[in-house]
Amino acid sequence: MVFKREGRKNDEPRKIIAKVGIIPRADGSAYFKIGNTEAYAAVYGPRTLFPRFKQDPTKGILRCNYNMMPFSGMGNRVRPGANRRAKEISMVTEKALLPVLDLVDYPNSVVDVFIELPQTDAGSRCAGICAASMALADAGLVMKDLVCSVGVGHIDNTLLVDLDYDEEAFDGVVADIPLAVIPRTGEYTLLQMDGIIGKEDLFKVMELGKKTIGMIYEAQKNALKEKYMIEPVIAKKTAQGGIKNE
Amino acid sequence: MSELLVKSKEIAVPGEELAIGMDFLPSYGTYRDGDKIIANKLGLVHIEGKVVKLISLSGRYVPKRGDTIIGDVTDLLMSGWRIETNSAYSAVLGMKDATSEYIARGADLSQYFAIGDWVVAKITNVTSQKLIDITMRGPGLRKLNGGRIIYINTNKVPRIIGKAGSMVSMIKDATGCKIIIGQNGVVWVQGEPEMEIHAVETIKKIERDSHVSGLTDKIKIYLETITGKKLEAQTQKYPQK
Repeated sequence: MVFKREGRKNDEPRKIIAKVGIIPRADGSAYFKIGNTEAYAAVYGPRTLFPRFKQDPTKGILRCNYNMMPFSGMGNRVRPGANRRAKEISMVTEKALLPVLDLVDYPNSVVDVFIELPQTDAGSRCAGICAASMALADAGLVMKDLVCSVGVGHIDNTLLVDLDYDEEAFDGVVADIPLAVIPRTGEYTLLQMDGIIGKEDLFKVMELGKKTIGMIYEAQKNALKEKYMIEPVIAKKTAQGGIKNE
Repeated sequence: MSELLVKSKEIAVPGEELAIGMDFLPSYGTYRDGDKIIANKLGLVHIEGKVVKLISLSGRYVPKRGDTIIGDVTDLLMSGWRIETNSAYSAVLGMKDATSEYIARGADLSQYFAIGDWVVAKITNVTSQKLIDITMRGPGLRKLNGGRIIYINTNKVPRIIGKAGSMVSMIKDATGCKIIIGQNGVVWVQGEPEMEIHAVETIKKIERDSHVSGLTDKIKIYLETITGKKLEAQTQKYPQK
């Protein structure tokens, strides 16, 4: 079994860059990059929801839209717009974010989240969720915590964190498990799987992802603080992951 | 045993632990989980004795009773006008609250306020379903003619008004413009065209630098340089607006 890990350890994510407030006209926005996967998220709202029959008089609703840009793939043009995969990811993104979000103060309204990916190299739904949670916080919405998300998995029983495309597409027994976590409580809001993995390994690899979740949380927190801080926080660099805030 | 984990004026992000122990009380923007106080939005930490709360830094306008807002007419209803409030919800200006004049049955409402007109109004009621009632009866509430409209961050409105209206009065003095600031982040400026631009630039500058201490003095110097006019020292307190 040979796969290149680009000098990373098995429990080490790719380089993370997080920024907040990059889309001036949006109510909240964020950028999240992990390795070669980049995600932009823009939040609009709360605003009145039309058509009217979709309104919920008890609370506001969350609407996510995940979109890969035409040039974002590995050379083949990605056809833009809704497709089966994009719809599914939009739906799971919504469900991953809703547990932290409190929209009871906004009846009959909608919060729109647009996630755009200019470049993808696996883990795009995770990058999208990370960006979206920062953008929602930037929009001043009531949420009990941020959401951090990363893909874990294994190649021929070698447990790995943050798989890139080459690893995901490896010719062997592979599992790719995107997960999203509420970092403070450790609750999972997203857990999907593509591939085959044993029960023991699944628990082990979920445990393995926790350190990366912590690193992502730090990056998100620093990015949010940096936007509003009077003096910018000095970017925290951990020896392992090389978390960087620009 | 109780312990504060943050200092006043620090930035807190959602989910951040602010204090441990039952000696502190959670207020706006925070919640209690077990013995911890957690931030539930992005904001500036403000500690008043035992009470821990957050001051919002971002987010759209949330309509509150008693606020004076500026909005534009978007629709003519059967018995009133729909006003856009720059929040998630629009407001209804009833005929009774619009003018003291007698409005005959079936009269054309656009002769009072037409679609696209801007008005200064006061919120009289906000229901649980966020239906907003506004009134135009009261001092300073009127239709706006001429001038220009700018949008600012709602959370920065108090800074632009200043203590007892000191900041906005200074801009008015320096530029000779009429300025009305709505709580919903809509600002109306009217004056000499060049002065209007100066006023708008100053307001944008205050919005950008709202965290700077001693901002009033800096803005005073800034205004003096752009208008070339000497301003009086800020000794007397100006009344608001």
